[in-house]
Amino acid sequence: MTPTHLFKGTGEITKLLLRQQRFKILIWLLGLIIITLAVASAYPDMYTDEKSKQAFALTMDNPAMIAMLGPGYEEQDYLGSIGTLFTHEMLLFSAIAVAIMSILLVGRSTRADEEDGRTEMVRALPAGRLSYVSAAMIILTAVNAVLALFIGLGLSVLGIEGINLESAILYGAVLGATGLVFGGFTAVFAQLAETSRGATMLSFAVLIVAYLVRAVGDVSNEALSLISPLGWTVRTDVFAGNDWWPVILSFALSIVINIIGFYLNSIRDLGSGFIPARGGRRQASSLLQTPIGLTLRLQRTNIISWGIGLFALGASFGSILGDLETYFADIEFMQAFLTEEEGYTMTEQFIVLLMAIMALIGTVPAVMTILKLKGEENKNRTEYLYSRSLSRNRMLGGYFLLAIAVSIIMQLLTAVGLWSAAAAVMDDALSLGSTFKSALVYLPAMWIVIGLAVFTLGIIPKAAGIVWFYLIYGFVVIYLSGLLEFPEWVNNLSVYEHIPQVPVEDMDFMKIIVLTIIAVVLAAAGFLGYNRRDIKG
Amino acid sequence: MSVLEVRNLTKRFGKFTALNGVNIEVNEGEVYGFIGPNGAGKSTTIRVLLGILKATEGGAKIFGKDAWSDAVEIHKRIAYVPGDVNLWPNLTGGEVIDLFVKLRGGNNKSRREELINKFNLDPTKKCRTYSKGNRQKVALVAAFSSDADLYILDEPTSGLDPLMEQVFQECVMDAKSEGKSVLLSSHILSEVEKLCDRVGIIRQGEIIETGTLNELRHLTRTNLLVETKQPITSLNELKGVHDIEEKDQGLSFQVDTEELDAVIKHVSKFGIVKLESAPPTLEDLFMRHYESKDEVSGGVS
Repeated sequence: MTPTHLFKGTGEITKLLLRQQRFKILIWLLGLIIITLAVASAYPDMYTDEKSKQAFALTMDNPAMIAMLGPGYEEQDYLGSIGTLFTHEMLLFSAIAVAIMSILLVGRSTRADEEDGRTEMVRALPAGRLSYVSAAMIILTAVNAVLALFIGLGLSVLGIEGINLESAILYGAVLGATGLVFGGFTAVFAQLAETSRGATMLSFAVLIVAYLVRAVGDVSNEALSLISPLGWTVRTDVFAGNDWWPVILSFALSIVINIIGFYLNSIRDLGSGFIPARGGRRQASSLLQTPIGLTLRLQRTNIISWGIGLFALGASFGSILGDLETYFADIEFMQAFLTEEEGYTMTEQFIVLLMAIMALIGTVPAVMTILKLKGEENKNRTEYLYSRSLSRNRMLGGYFLLAIAVSIIMQLLTAVGLWSAAAAVMDDALSLGSTFKSALVYLPAMWIVIGLAVFTLGIIPKAAGIVWFYLIYGFVVIYLSGLLEFPEWVNNLSVYEHIPQVPVEDMDFMKIIVLTIIAVVLAAAGFLGYNRRDIKG
Repeated sequence: MSVLEVRNLTKRFGKFTALNGVNIEVNEGEVYGFIGPNGAGKSTTIRVLLGILKATEGGAKIFGKDAWSDAVEIHKRIAYVPGDVNLWPNLTGGEVIDLFVKLRGGNNKSRREELINKFNLDPTKKCRTYSKGNRQKVALVAAFSSDADLYILDEPTSGLDPLMEQVFQECVMDAKSEGKSVLLSSHILSEVEKLCDRVGIIRQGEIIETGTLNELRHLTRTNLLVETKQPITSLNELKGVHDIEEKDQGLSFQVDTEELDAVIKHVSKFGIVKLESAPPTLEDLFMRHYESKDEVSGGVS
């Protein structure tokens, strides 16, 4: 087969895939561009004088912040350009969002269509072996290029001190290059794994490992960070030195992994993966023969993966608490300032912020657990179960109980991870009890989101996806409310803002009870709706 | 002239041998029926033909070109309908048909409209709302509105109603009369019997029988219903007699074609009153091959 034949039909398939994904692409692009530009334009008003910039430099220059957000700039860079402050706070997490977008985009456009048998029909037409993966890569490249361009041009026209066209384009380009790298990884995993789920899960695993390696490397050993593509992302020195090598390196890496992906795609059978699927059991275990057992079984891998992820995330933040402690011990003045003024330690303050974020992340697998029922319905698998003597309450109840259990397990794992790693590195270890309290206090908020998921599933099944928007909203509020100075009511819409921040704030049982009642009411309404509505399949 | 030629095709998935030395030949203007039980290797063979699975050994040639390395060239002249049609949920049926036709490179609008009417398909509906049968109609319209020389159809009618099944058969007949070739994999044996010039039976990855229906019938048994003046004795001692059953006044049994002469000679000694003979249906052939090997060679069951 001549090389051109391998790519025949790529143009048509590109259009087809674009047609399939246009809304998702549009929402991602708009969201990323608008948030970036909105946040950037807020910075000049926040840091008007040298003093505030120095304070920023001081807060950011500690191991906890470096582990979370990447290495900062020299103090004179902070003073010289507002862009550097913005970059330090926004770049890494924006890049992660771009990576997630790219992973989902490529996963959908490659393995998912193959799994559903659509690729087979296309390949029976005069379409080359590499046309599908080429089309996916063209879309990935185009989306990231558009993102880089709009963010770059957008930033440059905002007229912010210290942001010129070149540096703004560099900021956009490094985001786009990160997207290309992780999208490329997904294309390779789409060849290795046998399912689209496997391909996206492996890609997310790589993303998490890249983040953790960079976090540890940034704090302790820079050479380690240079292994991680996200370590490159945070090393452009954009708006100060403007180094382009991380962008070039990311480009080069993405080309190399693309070649690997294309090669693997060209030699493998359609529908197969290089990681072979294992054989299964002959008989169903007694647990699997119950509805809740089936629910558990279908989501087992997902739940275990999230559990490991949250434990690792908790542990990696716990492991930097030791450095944080040393850091504050060195600056006696600041420590005294903080403890005397506020009445709690910097470590505790950090844990409170961390717990809010971890609770949001821990809600994701719980919501997935509920929405799985919708996914099963969409794939026409629930009608089969309902043809047996199984009530809707029992079915939904199984998913609901599992989601509640998942929320508790995730918070426990986070707390254990954080506490055990902290205990290993800190002189003055955290109290196990207070770590658990500060994690578990978020449960009612998580239950409200679970309740909301049940509610949408029962009452407005077509729009069940809005739960994700609510979660994203929660992230935006935690991450950006301080920066953008949202009005109080905007913050209050996120239920996570209502949780007492134990141990910094006092426990408020009244609030907890009210939140739990709201969760119960939402879920109950969802159950009622689910019993009354039509099941689509 | 052979349009499709599969020679000694073997396909292994790891240790599992899915196809073991398969040979198939489809000639120009011929409808070839490809039958066999579930999991026998029909779809695997077809996927090798489409160049989306790579043969472990042996290979397939379509229009004299290699199915794997010249896939794109070949696919310009073939049309494929899978048994399990999955479509893009947010495209309409009409859009999918156009997409397929466009990708193949032909454009026959009048044929497309004619087929949409014939199959009674609403092309304006989104694919997610189609039933299995309607999704299959989309694939069939896309296939038959293209100007292909070889149609590869993998259980294309498993979701169609009898009326639409009829329309499908007309489409195949039209294609045949235009000198096109068809490879039809199907479980609906009456359909195969009606449409196919030649048949290949695959079992456990091996072609166990191939030929025209007449040839296959020769290899197998004839059904006989005999009434005689005296009761027939020692029939079960004869070679090649199977499934003896008493019916009213007579006996019904099956005879291996090569033993027919001897059996008739034996039976005629008892004074034949009535003799009915029926060729084996494809279903008989099929059932015989579907049973496991030892049962078949075991003779009287």
